[in-house]
Amino acid sequence: MAHAPPPAPRGAVLAALAAVRPPLSVVAEAERLAAFETDAYIQVRQTPLAAVLPESEADVIGLVRALAPIGVPVVTRGAGTGISGGAIPHADGVLAVLTRLRAIVRIDAAARLAVVEPGVPNAQVSEAARPAGLHFAPDPSSQVVSTIGGNIAENAGGVHCLKYGLTVHNVLGVRLVDGEGDLLEIGGEALDAPGYDLLALVTGSEGNLGLITRATLRLLPRPESTQTVLAAFDTVKAGAEAVGAIIGAGLVPAALEMMDRVVIDACERYMALGLPKAEALLLVEVDGGREEADEALGQVEALLAASGATEVRVAKDEDERAKLWKSRKGAFAALASVLPDYYTMDGTIPRRALPEVLDAVYALGREYGLTIGNVFHAGDGNMHPCIFYDATKPGEFERSEELGGKILELCIDHGGTITGEHGVGLEKLKQMCLQFREGEIAAFHDVKRAFDPAGILNPGKAVPTLKRCAEWGGMHVRAGRIPRPDIPRF
Amino acid sequence: MSEFIAQTAERVREHAARKSPLRIVGGGTKGFLGAPSAGEPLEVSSYSGIVAYEPRELVLTVKAGTRLADIEQALAAEGQMLPFEPPRFGEAATIGGTVACNLSGPRRPYAGAARDFVLGARIVNGKGEDLSFGGRVIKNVAGYDVSRLMAGAFGTLGILTELSFKVLPRPAAEATLAFEMGEAPMIDCVNKWAGQPLPISATAWESGVLRVRLSGAASAVEAARVKLGGTDVPDGPDYWRALREQELPFFQGTAPLWRLSVAQTAAPLGLSLPQLVEWGGGQRWLRGEAEAGPMRDAAQKARGHATRFRGGDPADGVFHPLAPAIAKIHRRLKDAFDPAGILNPGRMDNF
Repeated sequence: MAHAPPPAPRGAVLAALAAVRPPLSVVAEAERLAAFETDAYIQVRQTPLAAVLPESEADVIGLVRALAPIGVPVVTRGAGTGISGGAIPHADGVLAVLTRLRAIVRIDAAARLAVVEPGVPNAQVSEAARPAGLHFAPDPSSQVVSTIGGNIAENAGGVHCLKYGLTVHNVLGVRLVDGEGDLLEIGGEALDAPGYDLLALVTGSEGNLGLITRATLRLLPRPESTQTVLAAFDTVKAGAEAVGAIIGAGLVPAALEMMDRVVIDACERYMALGLPKAEALLLVEVDGGREEADEALGQVEALLAASGATEVRVAKDEDERAKLWKSRKGAFAALASVLPDYYTMDGTIPRRALPEVLDAVYALGREYGLTIGNVFHAGDGNMHPCIFYDATKPGEFERSEELGGKILELCIDHGGTITGEHGVGLEKLKQMCLQFREGEIAAFHDVKRAFDPAGILNPGKAVPTLKRCAEWGGMHVRAGRIPRPDIPRF
Repeated sequence: MSEFIAQTAERVREHAARKSPLRIVGGGTKGFLGAPSAGEPLEVSSYSGIVAYEPRELVLTVKAGTRLADIEQALAAEGQMLPFEPPRFGEAATIGGTVACNLSGPRRPYAGAARDFVLGARIVNGKGEDLSFGGRVIKNVAGYDVSRLMAGAFGTLGILTELSFKVLPRPAAEATLAFEMGEAPMIDCVNKWAGQPLPISATAWESGVLRVRLSGAASAVEAARVKLGGTDVPDGPDYWRALREQELPFFQGTAPLWRLSVAQTAAPLGLSLPQLVEWGGGQRWLRGEAEAGPMRDAAQKARGHATRFRGGDPADGVFHPLAPAIAKIHRRLKDAFDPAGILNPGRMDNF
């Protein structure tokens, strides 16, 4: 890696921004910049030199073209709901806040697509598409505020991924301003585009490859009917096996969500939902045409009973359905009632390893003296262990962070990944050195250089430098003693 | 590292040092597709076999030389399938070649393309490095999505050695319906239906007849059949297979075949050539001697792109020319993954 040039002085940065025509909306006062010092990875705070609030694609191009020649870092931010620190400002850089680009340009009902600006909140797309009987499938839990630009940058997931895919499966095209200020039109309305699949690279690139100024999203018909079931199990293992039985029977539920007893108890204390007493609760949702959903519901009920569910509740109407979902959707708020501070992990593992990994997670929790509650997107093996700590106790946050790192290593050891949907950001850079080898990390830097040769876009995020990996010693130490060398690493 | 991968990596390093091109050959069934590429053949079909298959995880990992036919048989034994319904164009077709060409069949608009189901890829790049991207889990956002980048790169960025996929259950029931209608009403119709919760899994229109395939739970297929009307097509499965494999009469003969991938709702192209429209209006096949210019103009007007799929004038290039800013990124990616320019050079026209 080339040595970074010395940072441009603040005056030069502000002068470069001031020279852009038409003029940019620039925020440079310390007290106003404070609003942007962190995203939802609140452990790190950093004030940028300035923030810019573009009001058009031309503004975005103008801002990058002004800053690229003097090598000033540009960090892009949407609603700031990311929990891996991807939108935390750079001390020597400018924060591009894209929330003013919030037009829904058009909803094309016949073509089932939406053309939107990056600052449009996720939920507003589905809201706008509702009269046409359509919706945008990715539904991260932050969807009321999190923006489409951020969703694409993080390849956001949600609870319906097993059936409807991740963001990458639901985006048809983007307009992107690269690190040189060139506008790239990637994809579009057709189902594919000539050349390399740049759309796949951009989706999930965490603001490292460009600034999205417009997106064409695929809309799907709203299902005619949705059926929701809640099942209780005596062990997490039994719950995990029920999931396997459902999928093994040829069903692809719209959602398969599981939570453990720590979470169940917290929900009960917080919301008094009258949940069954259980070690694990499994929420299953099947949808489709009316006949299809009814047929699937019957099969799911039979499979749950055969898998040893101690109780099965089927929602009879929309109210009951909302009630069953309340435990899952309110889980994080309920967990906050356990201890004020918690830290959410995002590993993914092959589902069959769930009981074993979970036992190891609990053992780690005991070792560190910290409580861990678990919610999972059980259908796709994406687990969200929540580590509780008390930030007022010295050293407790650091301990929780160390424990989190251990959990991610556990995911890698079981053939999984350190992040299923939240991104690497600043948070998981260290674990990237464990999941990938030097060659892959170098290839990621090659990809970045193709879009951003000067390395001004969100530097220091998503992909660690090889130098950092060497300093951490991760790659070298672990390479020789991976606990399960039999598991292919990809 | 397996012996095959070690040997392949060594051979690539040796060729890179001499800047001597390699032409990657799997089953040899897709040589017609893409621009011709010179170079010593590098046979990759010997590296075959299923590495791991967990039906309950919906995840399959295979060596890239594995025959598509073998994969589909193993999946069918568990009641599952590759949802993108890839064409084979010959029994020797391998999964590596399928992914390299990003080939998807009739189910594509309703299920997704090959690239949508790729979870991980192990490759040997043009520097002779054995690299693994993605993973064997359905949700994974660590690192840039280099595995999907490999889908449709025609081997110009790396030699695929192992691949992981998300697979899905086979539908319990299927039915095919036929409707007589003209092109414009057909485009309206298939798009209108796609906006409703109907279990449509394929559409194809030619010579004034639209065929629609329904796939799903038996009850859902039956309900949709009643709702849509039309006439039952008894030999549906044969038709969709023949369409997928380009064995229908439309595809016979030596006239050039153009593939126009356009917005699904794009109005009839109005080109005076025989046409077959599938993918809910999104994929339009045209037969006949035609100049590249008007084909590409028509595709662009329909918000898409044109590929000279079979035959025609090699001087025209195969793929739709890239915008300069997009070509810039392509050049840099190619130079980074294959600095000596030895992997299938020219297969994608300029890359």
